[in-house]
Amino acid sequence: MNIFNSRYVLERVAKNTAVHIFLMAAAAACLLPLFWMIRSSLMSNATIFTDQALFPHEFNAGNYATAWVRGNFSVYFLNSVLYTVSVVAGIVMIASLAAFAFSRLRFPGRDVLFYMFVAAMMIPLPGSFVPLFVMMSKLHLTNSPLGYILCMINVGLPLSILLLKTFFDKMPQDLEDAARIDGCSRVQILWHVALPLARPAIAVIVMYNTLNVWNEFILANLLLNDKSLMPLQTGLMAFAGTHQVDYPVLMAGLTITAIPVVAVYVFMQKHIVKELWTGVLVG
Amino acid sequence: MGAHAQIRALKIPNADIYKNFLFVLPAVVIFLLFYIYPFFQLFYVSLHEWPGIGPMTFVGLQNFKDLAGDQIWWASIGHAGYITLIALTFQNALAFALALACDREIRMKRFYRVIFFIPPVLSEVVVGILWNWVLNAGQQNGQQIGLLNAFLVQAGLPNLVHGWLSDPKTALTCIAVVHAWKGFGWGFMLLLAGLQTIDRQLYEAARVDGASSWRMFWNVTVPMMFPVITVVMILTILGSMQVFVLILSLVNQGLVYHTEVPVTRILGAMSGTNQFGYACAQAVIFGAILLTVSFLVKKLSGFGKQA
Amino acid sequence: MTFRMKMLLPVICGLMLLAVSGCGSPVKPVDQIEVWHWMTDRHDVLEQLAKQYEQETGIKVKLELFAPSDAYTQKIIAAAQANVLPDIYGILDKKSIVAAFIKAGFVMDLTPAYQANNGAWEQSLFAKALETTRFAEGNASKVPPGFYGVPIDTSSIQMVYNKNLLKKAGIAKPPATFDEFILDIEALRRVGVTPFVSGFGEMWLLDCFASNYAFNIMGEQKVMQTLRGEVPYTDPDWIKVLTIFKTLRDKKAFIEGIVTKGNKYSEQDFALERAAFSFNGWWCVNVYKGMNPGLSYGVVPLPAMASPFPLKSWGGAGSWFVVNNTSRNKDKAVRFLQWLTAKEQQVFLSEKTLNLPANREAIRMIPPVLGDFAKAMDNMTHPTIWPVNEDPLVIEAFDKGLQAIIIGEKSPESVAQDVQAVKARQMAKAKK
Repeated sequence: MNIFNSRYVLERVAKNTAVHIFLMAAAAACLLPLFWMIRSSLMSNATIFTDQALFPHEFNAGNYATAWVRGNFSVYFLNSVLYTVSVVAGIVMIASLAAFAFSRLRFPGRDVLFYMFVAAMMIPLPGSFVPLFVMMSKLHLTNSPLGYILCMINVGLPLSILLLKTFFDKMPQDLEDAARIDGCSRVQILWHVALPLARPAIAVIVMYNTLNVWNEFILANLLLNDKSLMPLQTGLMAFAGTHQVDYPVLMAGLTITAIPVVAVYVFMQKHIVKELWTGVLVG
Repeated sequence: MGAHAQIRALKIPNADIYKNFLFVLPAVVIFLLFYIYPFFQLFYVSLHEWPGIGPMTFVGLQNFKDLAGDQIWWASIGHAGYITLIALTFQNALAFALALACDREIRMKRFYRVIFFIPPVLSEVVVGILWNWVLNAGQQNGQQIGLLNAFLVQAGLPNLVHGWLSDPKTALTCIAVVHAWKGFGWGFMLLLAGLQTIDRQLYEAARVDGASSWRMFWNVTVPMMFPVITVVMILTILGSMQVFVLILSLVNQGLVYHTEVPVTRILGAMSGTNQFGYACAQAVIFGAILLTVSFLVKKLSGFGKQA
Repeated sequence: MTFRMKMLLPVICGLMLLAVSGCGSPVKPVDQIEVWHWMTDRHDVLEQLAKQYEQETGIKVKLELFAPSDAYTQKIIAAAQANVLPDIYGILDKKSIVAAFIKAGFVMDLTPAYQANNGAWEQSLFAKALETTRFAEGNASKVPPGFYGVPIDTSSIQMVYNKNLLKKAGIAKPPATFDEFILDIEALRRVGVTPFVSGFGEMWLLDCFASNYAFNIMGEQKVMQTLRGEVPYTDPDWIKVLTIFKTLRDKKAFIEGIVTKGNKYSEQDFALERAAFSFNGWWCVNVYKGMNPGLSYGVVPLPAMASPFPLKSWGGAGSWFVVNNTSRNKDKAVRFLQWLTAKEQQVFLSEKTLNLPANREAIRMIPPVLGDFAKAMDNMTHPTIWPVNEDPLVIEAFDKGLQAIIIGEKSPESVAQDVQAVKARQMAKAKK
């Protein structure tokens, strides 16, 4: 018994160590660029290419202030937050309604419509910029936050619907039936049964679309004109000019822009973790 | 579900159908507004010759005929296919393995969950500059500049030192590997989310039956994960077939024609050679190909589920 | 979750309302000129100048920057389609596209403005820079002849050399002929210095390099004959042009990985003394200064081949604006551009951003290295001033062929045949 036990423990330790080494190696490959980005952001244009030491000899934290001021971040940052929150909230609402209907409700043309949404994901966007702009301008939606927000909702919608539908499909029929017998309406079933179950999927959608909107600049450049409406990425472009690149300031700007997304992810990944949501299943 | 659902479907009153339709109405309105018009415009332009401004000349299906004989175009689809294949196998296997590891009771798993998502969060700019440095083939004062080549020299393998991005044999693979590195975080996140929804009792039951970890993986995890795996595969295909920013940042306008992919061809036809009609024809065909592939994946995975 | 969502919902709705209320574009004020530009490196200085202009004249100049330039080009094309172009903008595209903009009525003919006061404005600018914006009598695009744009700087693309690295290889002075260049390359390789770097991952630089030698080897007339389809690319002179790349490859002149190198990385390599020679544009003065202020380098024309024809280098207008012909403010816009290209403003722009000015008088007050770039002005040419331009698909085949020669995949002869095949196909198509 004792021998069996120690062998079992040994095996477990060996297995865990192997798993840890694997995870560590992958983590190192992911951390290297982050470290390098932050390191570069603390150097000066004169030392960034010449100082090869792991930790730079002199720190130049002023790059962050420079990036903030020269990139006009105080305006762009708020714009980006506004766009991201509106787009993500819009997508989560519209996509969960639609995905729930595609998965759980019946109406004529349901499957055709669903496949159209999936098909929409496949058409490469670059080809449709000009017609999109012409249409938006006819609707007086160019140079307007609303136009940009609607456009970005549209970009993220098909994928979000596909993802959510996959999760709604997995919802046990018994749960829905039980809720129905309890007198829940469709909206209540969605809100109290389906959405809590699809929480990991919602978290993924929030993450995916946050990243999408936060890093977007091509549509913003196309649809918006005024500096006062531009998102963060436009500010970053000022450091990566056609010919001239101010690397340390660019890296500082990139670090600033990365922080909120990482924060959102840290918050969101809790919802992907099982402890939180198994409670929902039981309760 | 089959017959049961049908019987119930018959019982739905009309008012319910309208109410049900209300659920998808916002999505449909946005969809019609932003996709349908640009899409028809895309198709319309594809039947014309047009430099991007000024009058269009109707040429019928000429652009599509030209496209059929355009070897560079079909090779570019092959290149995207190769990148996608590596993403489907290497990238997704890595993502799945990491997700499984993080699904276990293991120390620091929260830390890993955050770390693995760093590459997707990073801007393409950083990724481009960083990997250009890693794969740099140049030398200064006899020292290798590139991280990879310097490492190979240190490791006593100077024969392997190589012009990674300027050799047709390795350029596309390098691009595929960087792409996989940048993208595996998404697969990891989705698969982990999927793994979390598997009922732990299933594992317990299998363990009581004396199943090995390997058997549990194939008999419990994989079947339960099928829908998520299908989604991950479709997303991987979409993401990898449409990769181009990464290619621009690694090899600029390309290594002869060895690193061309459909999107770089479309963009090249639009802004490089001012053939908007041809670019739109390419976009239409490319969309059709992606749609077919995704549809096949969905069909095949449905088939696999029943088997 | 439910509780939190309930709290979040009003906040979100509020935010969305805020976004909606912000929409609706106001009518453009009359005393305001809107400029859309793409020059990230000059935005701050242009803003300063705009402020100064407002103080002097009371006319507000609203500058909007859209970068990178690909995004800018897309925006301009889309805005033209929707007829919402600003008062002043730029067309960063081929001459044929500029012609299409003119024919669509989006570009003002500036000839009368240039010729007013006995041509004072025209004479204040470099003829080469102005030439870029001109459509000549009987041009291929059938645009009414005239000047259609305002250059705000002058471009010049030359060879730069690192003085220290040349000294290390025992080279006393930069090469004047191609044969000397080859000897220098051998000398540099002997002491372990990489001879040459350039952003050959960007097709236009590769194309420019080849074009310079084409003028040198066969003369302008024969180049134009080739473009018209009267001389094939399989002509021995064109093989000679292609063979230059093979020679440079065989002599190991190129830095490893040059075919996929972006110009930004090439500039980094030269600034960090990883290569002795580079082929680059006038903007590099500013770039090298930023990366390595102590870099000791000089500027020379590309070393020419022995031939009766001179080597010509690309140059002319670097960045140039056009005035929107549909704008109500077009006369105000012209006056602003006249002010912007006057001596004082040009000197200011040149000093602050190290660009070659478009104004003749301003050029006397610029740093010496920049002056070396300007020296080659007489021997400059550019596709925008040629009477004919090559089909873009032929250019693509030609440039990709050059890459294939550099990586040793194809011989100059087989590339010539490939290019000629594309040329024949496009000629046949044009005839239809």
